[in-house]
Amino acid sequence: MATVELQELRRVFPGNVVALDGISVALEAGEFLSLLGPSGCGKTTALRLVAGFDRPTSGRVLVDGKDVTGVPPNRRDMGMVFQAYSLFPNLTAARNVEFGLKIRRRPRAERRARVRELLELVGLGQAADRYPHQLSGGMQQRVALARALAIEPRVLLLDEPLSALDAKVRVQLREEIRRIQLELGITTIYVTHDQEEALSISDRVAVMSKGRIEQIGTPAEIYGEPRTPFVAEFIGTMNRLPSTVVGDGWVEHGSVRLRVDAARGRRRGERVLLLVRPETVELAPADAATAAEDALQGTVLTHTFLGGSTRVRVDVGSAEIAADIPTARAGELAIGARVQARFSPESARLLALSEAPDARVVAEDVVSAAVS
Amino acid sequence: MRPRRSIAPSAVLWLAVGAAYFLIPLLATFLFSLRHDQTGACCTLANYGTILHDPSFWKNIKTSFILSLETIAISLLLLVPTVYWVHLKLPRLRPVIGFLALIPFVVPPIILVVGLLDVYRGTPPWFYAQPYGFLVAAYVILAFPYVYFSLDAGFRAIDIHTLTEAAQSLGAGWPSTLLRVILPNIKAAALAGSFLTLAIVMGEFTIASLSAFHTFPVYIQQVQQDKLYAASAVSLLSFAITWAAMVSLLFVGRGRAVQVGAAR
Repeated sequence: MATVELQELRRVFPGNVVALDGISVALEAGEFLSLLGPSGCGKTTALRLVAGFDRPTSGRVLVDGKDVTGVPPNRRDMGMVFQAYSLFPNLTAARNVEFGLKIRRRPRAERRARVRELLELVGLGQAADRYPHQLSGGMQQRVALARALAIEPRVLLLDEPLSALDAKVRVQLREEIRRIQLELGITTIYVTHDQEEALSISDRVAVMSKGRIEQIGTPAEIYGEPRTPFVAEFIGTMNRLPSTVVGDGWVEHGSVRLRVDAARGRRRGERVLLLVRPETVELAPADAATAAEDALQGTVLTHTFLGGSTRVRVDVGSAEIAADIPTARAGELAIGARVQARFSPESARLLALSEAPDARVVAEDVVSAAVS
Repeated sequence: MRPRRSIAPSAVLWLAVGAAYFLIPLLATFLFSLRHDQTGACCTLANYGTILHDPSFWKNIKTSFILSLETIAISLLLLVPTVYWVHLKLPRLRPVIGFLALIPFVVPPIILVVGLLDVYRGTPPWFYAQPYGFLVAAYVILAFPYVYFSLDAGFRAIDIHTLTEAAQSLGAGWPSTLLRVILPNIKAAALAGSFLTLAIVMGEFTIASLSAFHTFPVYIQQVQQDKLYAASAVSLLSFAITWAAMVSLLFVGRGRAVQVGAAR
């Protein structure tokens, strides 16, 4: 197990294209960190700098406190799994796994034992003699993982290893990657554009945009407490309502006063963006008699079936908000029906509006949409 | 059951015309080679016996064969690392090298040999006066387009960047990456270039003749002057050798193409 530290890594490509704008992050030994972001945010560039396939314009990469920035990739002892299928086509699965051990001139008996052990670990003990073209995409990536682990690397690097696979295999394999990582306790950096993937298997997630780390934290922190508008927009679906702080713990959106714990201690009159997750919004049929003062009144626009839940979009006049309700209840809220939307005061977040230049008043759904 | 696909009569006709275009000269040469050397009467295999018992035949075919192997070895040693590096690090140079590779097609061999004789004048006799020196240098130039375009196609068929980086992440240095990972995966392309080179060198006459070296094609021409019917037998033997090389290429290429194609 090794610690990894990226210090002010900056990479500028010819034409003054800034791919990485001084990122710093430190990984504990055995930690699983995901670099998450849209296409072109610099996450793969960062991984390639750690792997040694590219040199930073400035900054350093430290492994166990030692500077490895100038060390060639073949001497870094880092296992890597690539986005593209990278098995050597002329070698069987077993020979692929054995490759790194042969390069290291390990004795034959040790090599054989290790190959068998790793193929078993990834559940492919029976496919040892198959060539890559005889394996499915998922199997190829499992062999690639076994091959990367065979050399007992200090750090495991995964560059969108599941992006070429179908949805079911992706979920299955990502859980397996996490299981193996925990079993071996290997320090891992995982690059992905798929937030669900990153949030489900990581100890920490670094959300990247335009060559910078926007926020780094546990999946729960990233999801529940986005600190920048970009993170709020990129992670999951977020209702964004431009509002004004009107009291200690109160904001006003349109003409509706809403209780928000996060507004406590904020300056009265401050313009803020109110952030509310759809799953925290409660909808109820509304009529003149039951209309609550601290609820947003609106009309149901659409229903989107999501399985156990249904996403209901509601036009509240000044904005459009999304709410996830149990599918069994969706029938009560027909399209065109008048409803009222509420949320608990502690579930909403606030961002100063100056931090959010693009405050379109709609709920943006970016779940897995930011494909590379 | 898969339905049987019928071939249109017009297609059969064109195939027959095409086959006849190639086969009639061969058949004529074969029939010519069966005529008696003195009387011209048909049919005898004596010409084949004469040729196969002629020490010059074996000496010259051996010379041409060694020249082929030397040309193949030097071409591959020069071009495999070059094409690999161009694909990996200097992709912008690909059109430039592609253009350079076309030059041997454009420059007539007679111009090439005169130029080369002039360029290499003053080089040591072991190079200038020996076929294994001067001729090989000329043949490497002649084979350049064939070897380059074969290798270029081979490198384009594999994900060279990912394979290289995968090998390096597993601890392989540049020589190991090239020999253990890249070379086995462009084997079919290298073989294609090699067989084409073999065919070219085994049949090259102009440069060898003008620079006064005795190779297999020069031998055929000499036989033709003395023994007309025997020359036909030599030509057919030469054709058989070239044909054997092409057929091997076909089989090797087909096997690899299926494997790499399916892997991607």
